[in-house]
Amino acid sequence: MNSITNTIYLDHAATTPVSAEVLSAMLPYFCNRYGNPSSNYGPGQQAKQAVEHARAQVAAALGCTPQEIFFTSCGSESDNWVIKSTAHRLAAEGKRHLITTAIEHHAVLHSMAALEKEGFTVTYLPVDRYGLVTAQQVQKALRPDTALVTVMYANNEIGTIQPIAEIGAVCQRAGVLFHTDAVQAVGAVPIDVHTQNIDALSLSAHKFNGPKGVGALYLKQGTPLPSLIDGGAQESGRRAGTENVAGIVGLGAAIEFATAQLAEKAKKLTALRDDVIHTLTTALPNVALNGHPTLRLPNNVNLSFEGIEGEGMLMLLDMRGICASTGSACASGSLDPSHVLLATGLPHEIAHGSLRLSFGAQSTLQEAQIACEALLDIVPRLRAMSPVWGDILTGKKASLLR
Amino acid sequence: MQYSAKVMDHFSNPRNVGELADANGVGEVGNPACGDIMKMYLRIENGVIEEVKFKTFGCGAAIATSSIATEMIKGKPIDEALRLSNKAVIEALDGLPPVKIHCSVLAEQAVKAAISDYYQRQGVDPLPIVGKLADPHACEGGCCTG
Repeated sequence: MNSITNTIYLDHAATTPVSAEVLSAMLPYFCNRYGNPSSNYGPGQQAKQAVEHARAQVAAALGCTPQEIFFTSCGSESDNWVIKSTAHRLAAEGKRHLITTAIEHHAVLHSMAALEKEGFTVTYLPVDRYGLVTAQQVQKALRPDTALVTVMYANNEIGTIQPIAEIGAVCQRAGVLFHTDAVQAVGAVPIDVHTQNIDALSLSAHKFNGPKGVGALYLKQGTPLPSLIDGGAQESGRRAGTENVAGIVGLGAAIEFATAQLAEKAKKLTALRDDVIHTLTTALPNVALNGHPTLRLPNNVNLSFEGIEGEGMLMLLDMRGICASTGSACASGSLDPSHVLLATGLPHEIAHGSLRLSFGAQSTLQEAQIACEALLDIVPRLRAMSPVWGDILTGKKASLLR
Repeated sequence: MQYSAKVMDHFSNPRNVGELADANGVGEVGNPACGDIMKMYLRIENGVIEEVKFKTFGCGAAIATSSIATEMIKGKPIDEALRLSNKAVIEALDGLPPVKIHCSVLAEQAVKAAISDYYQRQGVDPLPIVGKLADPHACEGGCCTG
């Protein structure tokens, strides 16, 4: 059981609990070591040292130098900063084209939409049925006026992991900046920015047992990037604002723990993930896995249950204390279901019936089993009241699963 | 989504779920591509809705509005069932979140579609009695369109 009382929390792609070790690393920086890192007296410098220690911890996790790490307020800020500032800088050189994918997080997609309003051109690479793009697609989309390529490392909804090193190599040969939104990947899969040819990378602490409200941008040495937030000289003059010292300390501690435990955690979660996928796809008819079967985050399960709608599943799971997520429009209040699921070619009907379970470091086999047992009860119950399922059973409607 | 206790009750313990083999009026509204579809089965005798069942593919609010709508028309004369408004459905559920208001419209439409079907089967033009129904399969009229 998770520490949210009587709750089985299976939504770690949304956020994770702050671990006890991380919290204890952070606590001194609220009431005792509260100095401003920009102050030149003892307590200020103590805070400064803490920030620099965290910078080194993040750099070690990514395989870069501390000078290449810039702290931000969240993954979305990192995405906005690198995308908008690179576009604006290179527009002066006549480069007004950007490349991304159809399945990015909204922090990327809406940044792109904002740039399109300013007259930039954006290529949205389509994905295959597993949510994959290829380096060849990126190669073909490159133009002489391309300013930036941004491809997410691993997808937040379906967990698909992209061929980042190959895409990075293509960009490197073309001399185009390559950014990856690695918010879901950091702490989950091994990352080395040099061998993977990554020029810029966004991450967020709360996805790997760190606190909310702090993120970072890795930016390769020598890459010019105008500030998004102007003001003081913090972050080498590139990101103003008094440092979120406790948050940054938490980020540093969390990334160090996550990296140290990465292999062990990935092994455990991959087994858990595949067990859940196997159980649900064999025990229930008309269930399909969304995303790639193996090129996939160790903690991500995303299934579509034909004939039912996701919000109902979430509500019935919630009544049993199980937290999960869906790509259905009805749960979000928007007209369309998840853009990611639609981009993989899923029909709307099937996208509405999707469910994401994302496990965390503390998740147990018992929790996964309880969730499976709940779904083995909930899915048939919702199907029994669904006219769509009735029509599929009687052959009046054909199954839309592929 | 913050639902009232009444919505949660009708969602988790829906009344009158199923199909009616001897239904003489069946209506289906919504579109699975939009995420919701409601099917209403009526058995009407001597102008009274003697039996009613429903099946719904959709969110919690879609299931709850169909459930309470069946309760509100069961045993009622046709003209009374035709006066069932989406507002009455919302009130009976102690309110719906703003983005779910349209689910109640869908429930009202499902009842009207089933009554129209009944009249058609009787050889009576339903239009002057039931009125014109909105396009039953347009997403814009869907449950979760706000």
